[in-house]
Amino acid sequence: MSLNPDPGTADRLLAAQAAADVKGRSLWKDARQRFMRNRAATAGLVALVLICIFAFFGGFLAQYEPDYVDFSLIGSNASQGVPSIETGHYFGTDSSGRDLYARTVQGTRISLLVGIVGAGVAVIVGTLYGAIAGYKGGRTDGAMMRTVDILMSVPYMFVLILMLVIFGRSILMLFIGIGLISWLDMSRIARGQTLTIKGKEFVEAAHATGVRPMTIILRHIVPNLLGLVIVYATLLVPQMIITESFISFLGLGIQEPNTSLGALISNGASNMQYGVIWQLAFPLFFFVITLFAFFFVGDGLRDALDPKDR
Amino acid sequence: MLNYVLRRVAIAIPTILLLVVISFVLMYAAPGGPFNSERPLPAQVMANIEARYGLDQPYWKQMTTYIWNVVVHFDFGPSFQYRDRTVNDVIAQGFPVTLTYGFWSFIVALVVGVALGAAAAIRHNSWLDYLAVGISIGAQVLPNFVMAPILVLVFTLWLGWLPGGGWQGGQIEYIILPVIALSTSYMASIARITRSSMLEVLNAGFIRTARAKGLPTSRIIWKHAMKPTMLPVLSYLGPAFVGMITGSVIIDVFFSTGGIGQFFVNSAFNRDYSVIMGITILVGVLTVTFNLVVDLLYAWIDPKIRY
Repeated sequence: MSLNPDPGTADRLLAAQAAADVKGRSLWKDARQRFMRNRAATAGLVALVLICIFAFFGGFLAQYEPDYVDFSLIGSNASQGVPSIETGHYFGTDSSGRDLYARTVQGTRISLLVGIVGAGVAVIVGTLYGAIAGYKGGRTDGAMMRTVDILMSVPYMFVLILMLVIFGRSILMLFIGIGLISWLDMSRIARGQTLTIKGKEFVEAAHATGVRPMTIILRHIVPNLLGLVIVYATLLVPQMIITESFISFLGLGIQEPNTSLGALISNGASNMQYGVIWQLAFPLFFFVITLFAFFFVGDGLRDALDPKDR
Repeated sequence: MLNYVLRRVAIAIPTILLLVVISFVLMYAAPGGPFNSERPLPAQVMANIEARYGLDQPYWKQMTTYIWNVVVHFDFGPSFQYRDRTVNDVIAQGFPVTLTYGFWSFIVALVVGVALGAAAAIRHNSWLDYLAVGISIGAQVLPNFVMAPILVLVFTLWLGWLPGGGWQGGQIEYIILPVIALSTSYMASIARITRSSMLEVLNAGFIRTARAKGLPTSRIIWKHAMKPTMLPVLSYLGPAFVGMITGSVIIDVFFSTGGIGQFFVNSAFNRDYSVIMGITILVGVLTVTFNLVVDLLYAWIDPKIRY
């Protein structure tokens, strides 16, 4: 713009722009409206917010520390450790006399963290991997995607347990193990979408003006993958929670004094014949609600952001 | 077709080899040997034991010997914890059990899932459809380790109808609960996939043509709609198989059925590396083979796939 346009034109341009701003409906705004119209998804979102509040702030309400053992209750759980407001054990106590409310808060928090970290790794590694494979194409693409094929056909749960046995059972190892497998699906989805974006004019334009391939991928391709990536990341979180709970149910995952919903369900299941059904019921309730919430939000996001897949 | 089969097999073999190498490297990377304990053994005893298990050999030789034995003799070597049995014994003892209830779970998930999904699609927007959708949404938050305690609670502790564990040579009442616990979430997924796939097929032009010709509905469904409906279901069977074989670990531990999952978890606690490795490799080979069969079936059914 070498010429200075006369003030009248500039005003009109601004006015037109303002009008466009009012009327304009961005993709994200549309998506938000579609999402909000979906009652199941909105309910899921509310449930999710409540669960997060419970997991991260519920500890302030607890009357006991999660690792405080009330020795007087061991053995008389069925009669003394019943859920009640008066004793401060809102959810009762577990078989070692610990406050189940505090334990459930802790378990929900760790399960959520595992799910979110797993999905986070999937978003970062999977998206970049898929975008690079799809954008480069040819041999690179072939080699990268065959690697994913091969990794996907490995029974990962067994390898994960093998890793936990060899490198020791710790939260860090669990995060690493889950992160290692979570990105595979995402890379396929990202690659497929990249293949369709790659042919668009704006990528061609960027290429023609000499933008480096890596910059094209980061600036032009990845932002356009975002909708799809968010949808699958949301649906990935419950899967990661299930994976972690699976391992913890076997006693190979989260170790005491830490706990997760899977470990709590396992404890509850092994004690349920002693009349302490709350030890199973409360963790199970939070597990099921969390999964439901994520599935509903994920489905809602898919309907909102990915209109062709209905 | 032959070319395609060969190419798929050519991918399957390195996959299995990679699995063997990865588990071997992981095992080798483990800190401490399998015979290290709190009370250190005399050096000579240690040397003898290591020689007995071939652990005194150089690394690459151990690996090639192991791979050679596995591939040629189907021999996974001795257990490191139990001197009286080999990994092959463990597999021979546990695998038939896992196979029995795994097979039935697979059949139940497939048959019930497809029937439910197809019925829902055919009676679209009826109470049957809503029921099927409700079941499949509900069941996706009920993985096997949630189903198993719930089933035992209801059918064993409250109703007292079925035993809550054990195997007893595979009598029918001992199989029912493991099969339901293992198959529910996969049944739900199969129902969901079948339903959406069938809805799409039923709206296709060739079905309208068949209707216009005046064919009876049952014939349209079985003769024309079923085959294309099954394609997405078929591609889900691979992941379902992996999921079930993984889930069998939970079933074995929770129901004490005595399948390979129980040995797997026990070995994981005892650091019995050779058993863990043997089972991992066995499961890997099964998975790869199953995926191969599914892919070939897919190529055979779907006329659009060119090899």
